[in-house]
Amino acid sequence: MGTKKQLTPYEKVLTARDVKRPGIMEYIDMLFDDFMELHGDRLYRDDTSIVGGIALFHGMPVTVIGNRKGKNTEENIQYNFGMTSPEGFRKAVRLMNQAEKFGRPVITFVDTPGAYPGLEAESNGQSNAIAESIARMSCLKVPTVAVITGEGSSGGALALAVADSVWMLENEVYSILSPEGFASILWKDAKRAPEACEIMKITAEELKEFGLIDGIIPEGKKLFPALDKMFLAELTRLGKFSGSALAANRYQKFRRMDGLYKNTSAWDGKARISN
Amino acid sequence: MTIDDIFKQRKKRWNSLIRIRRNETVEECECPKCKQRETVDKVRANKWVCRNCGYYLSMAPMERIQMVCDEGSFREMNGDFTSEDPLHFPDYGKKLTALHNATGQTDAFVSGVCRIAGIKVALGVLDSRFLMGSMGTVVGEKILRLTEYAGRKKLPLIIFSASGGARMQEGLFSLMQMAKTAAAVDRFKQNGGLFLSFLTNPTTGGVSASFASLGDIILAEPDALICFAGPRVIQQTIGQTLPEGFQHAEFLLEHGMLDAIVEREKCRETLYKLLAWHQK
Ligand SMILES: [Zn+2]
Repeated sequence: MGTKKQLTPYEKVLTARDVKRPGIMEYIDMLFDDFMELHGDRLYRDDTSIVGGIALFHGMPVTVIGNRKGKNTEENIQYNFGMTSPEGFRKAVRLMNQAEKFGRPVITFVDTPGAYPGLEAESNGQSNAIAESIARMSCLKVPTVAVITGEGSSGGALALAVADSVWMLENEVYSILSPEGFASILWKDAKRAPEACEIMKITAEELKEFGLIDGIIPEGKKLFPALDKMFLAELTRLGKFSGSALAANRYQKFRRMDGLYKNTSAWDGKARISN
Repeated sequence: MTIDDIFKQRKKRWNSLIRIRRNETVEECECPKCKQRETVDKVRANKWVCRNCGYYLSMAPMERIQMVCDEGSFREMNGDFTSEDPLHFPDYGKKLTALHNATGQTDAFVSGVCRIAGIKVALGVLDSRFLMGSMGTVVGEKILRLTEYAGRKKLPLIIFSASGGARMQEGLFSLMQMAKTAAAVDRFKQNGGLFLSFLTNPTTGGVSASFASLGDIILAEPDALICFAGPRVIQQTIGQTLPEGFQHAEFLLEHGMLDAIVEREKCRETLYKLLAWHQK
């Protein structure tokens, strides 16, 4: 282990996008039994860039939702490169509602370059679909665990990541937008992406340090056993809370993400008229 | 110091800031659309609508507040929250200081309580002049606190949005403000609160994809650009020019994403009407 080379943030971006990495269906195969995919948003169509359904985890029914990317060009076109349209977010919300109704925990796998920026997606209310997914996930009355398994980019990633417990694989990235997009906005030059990665703070270690994620999962041979162990521990821990306690704790967890992690009293000490 | 004293002090500060800004600005301003020049006083008297072509100029938060609130009724909250620059982002601190000096605000959101035709409300206004109205930790925290305050005091919540989306300089902290604000307004609404979300030009990205799209009633100003991904990003992705009026308020109304388009002239009376109907 000591000789393992540390990847730079930009190398992690490239790792996160590698098509040879496990995809959502491999995670489902390795970690759950008897997965049954459930399709469609009941409004317009089935967005295949999101997979959702029910499976057994150590014998317990759970709802699994995640982004799907292709392994080759043909598949990538079929799954729209993992870029989700409003219909995909609405399918996710439908499955979350179903999970809550029947008391099933929700496990999500996040791996997306972002929500789809397209004509039809905009016409069908992309903003609204993402906002509804974030809001719904924030108040679900069942345990929720999210794992960033590749690139978690922008609101499209957050829509599946407002969870009680948020984990990242050690070499993956979670960011406000792609480093290329960041560089082109900031410096009008997408080629400066590697430089952008250094200042964006998008690696698992940095985000854990900020308190924005709860834990890091090792990759390589240990990946699946570690995920299995983590899910089991987290679902056992979270399963002890009532539905309303889960929602209240989750609200407080995200409420604290105020950027004052090292100086928590900076605002509270100031004169103000609220309260 | 009593709360009243704080109010007075604060009001004095705001008035002096407005005066300074008036002195600094040239007496004239130019319409970005037709380039017509007018005195600021005349444009203000016309609610910042171009008298030549009807274009809606962007408004500073205090101008908006003066337009919709009963005179002298606004009391600001949390006006001194300043970003802790959580990523230690190059030059960000300097930029914030410069904007503070130019606008008198510490960030892109002004919030407080006021009355609209006598009805007490919690009101917030995003400022597109301040780093594109982007939502960082300060904007997110102030929206959350305003919403929680409205919930505790059983007040209606009104937020005027104008934003380019996420605050790049605050990285993933900025993304998390989408979760914070969406969760806060969702909870507020579940507890019976009325949230009127008013979208002005432009409302995009992380703001349109969080609290701003969650109004019980969503209103917009005519012709305002409202979208998740901006026209430039879409053009780059799909490689074709966009249809006329795409992503403007009228387009969103047609596609079922807005309740109504409200002209600036009718803004205050529309808000009053909706507030009166929801009085408990
Ligand atoms: Zn004009």
